[in-house]
Amino acid sequence: MNPLERYLPLVDDEDAFLAACDRPLPSVVRTNPIAATPERVRRAFDEEGIDHEPVDWHDGLFRLPSGSPGTNWPYVHGWIHGQEEVSTLPGLALDAQPGDRVLDACAAPGSKTTQIAADMDDRGTLVANDNNLGRLSALRHNAERLGVTNVAVTNQDARNLSLRPFPFDAFDRALVDVPCSCEGTCRKNPDVLDEWTLDHVEAIAGVGKGILTRAVQATRPGGVVVFSTCTFAPEENEAVLQHVLESEPCELEAFDLPLHTEPGITAWDGETFDDAMRRAHRVYPHHNDTGGFFCAKLRVTDDGTAADSGSERIGEVTAE
Amino acid sequence: MSEANPPSNDGQRFDRLPETAADREVPGRPTREEVLAWWDERFGVDRSILEPYTFLEKGAGKVWIYRGEATDPCRIEALGMTFLRTRQEHWKPTTRAVSRFGRHASRNVIELEPAEAARFVAGEDQPIDRWDGDWGYLIAAHELAGGREPIGVGLYLHGELRSRVPKGSRTDVGQLDRAE
Repeated sequence: MNPLERYLPLVDDEDAFLAACDRPLPSVVRTNPIAATPERVRRAFDEEGIDHEPVDWHDGLFRLPSGSPGTNWPYVHGWIHGQEEVSTLPGLALDAQPGDRVLDACAAPGSKTTQIAADMDDRGTLVANDNNLGRLSALRHNAERLGVTNVAVTNQDARNLSLRPFPFDAFDRALVDVPCSCEGTCRKNPDVLDEWTLDHVEAIAGVGKGILTRAVQATRPGGVVVFSTCTFAPEENEAVLQHVLESEPCELEAFDLPLHTEPGITAWDGETFDDAMRRAHRVYPHHNDTGGFFCAKLRVTDDGTAADSGSERIGEVTAE
Repeated sequence: MSEANPPSNDGQRFDRLPETAADREVPGRPTREEVLAWWDERFGVDRSILEPYTFLEKGAGKVWIYRGEATDPCRIEALGMTFLRTRQEHWKPTTRAVSRFGRHASRNVIELEPAEAARFVAGEDQPIDRWDGDWGYLIAAHELAGGREPIGVGLYLHGELRSRVPKGSRTDVGQLDRAE
């Protein structure tokens, strides 16, 4: 069975949805503002004879109809990074600011991390964590290639994240881009549909709950936690959010994204979810000719569970 | 272990560099002052450019540059980026350091023609006899999209520029140049 069929009741145009999921995605690159402006990238593409098309909702993105982004001067200089369009959405929702303390709980291979670092103007503390050491080496390579200096890379299980390496007790913002069944990436990697099982969906949703819970606990009251996946499965999206809304001091916040999205859903498979779930965004491939995506923004409401503050501080390294 | 033994470098953790030689406890560890002075003297990078950053050692002689908060010492995978190789006769900047900060350099920058730049980034050594400046580590740069852009570190000796672009970063951009 094609797992996409279980989502047909959720979409407005079943045929368009299935047809879009079947088309390959173009190569897309994001400008790295630490190194160059979109205008300079455009000029370099023109000088190098590299075909490029704008993305109408984001002036830092370019579609490259004929090419691998890895063999040209703008790439060599770290001016661009290959990143799918929808993958830039959680960074936009997070809206990290220079000087913030930010957690990227499942950071490898670092596309979103490096985007957040640029939003911070490469100032502040960006903790990039991942439990997979091999994927962390890809993250480090990307962060260095793009010239990011404000990232601290940790190798922990995000469900039990410790702040011991840092001289603070809580983050201002956290991105929780959890491992998922990845159906939304089927236009790049159709294998995800063949490998899909409901058992995996349920298991990985449990991991998502653990990671999101810890991220909310590690974020200060008033701080922002953005949750995202590249799956359509409500078990991994709305059900995970429902779990933390019931167990942690936080609420879903309305926010805008610069492309066509659908609201999160309030019922699935006999289960109902909080009405606030409609403040989350579902991105379907046929609406903007992108991959599929899910993104929600949580605001931490009060000082419920204390963040890990048992660290022994021998000293502090502070830049400012 | 005798109490008289000085502390030694622990290659598994990040330690902040001492401010000056007077603050140095670990023998051979470079100081922040030496790092700032070296970039100024070697490449003309003004001290104000690097002033906001913290410098740390992890791995013998490997200096990292970081702009954020962390405990000191700190045992994590990475803090910022690798920046400078010290504890050897000639200090060597990393390719990434040059890529990130080389645009602020005013000395010991060798500008390459398009074909030379393509050979350099592919990792090839090449004869270049027009250079009459210092020997040693230079910043190789080229003109791109309206400005000079640093490519990486070259070692200039006896009329030859040796590319020090690491294997994993070498790139064949040559086809684009040949197509011109």
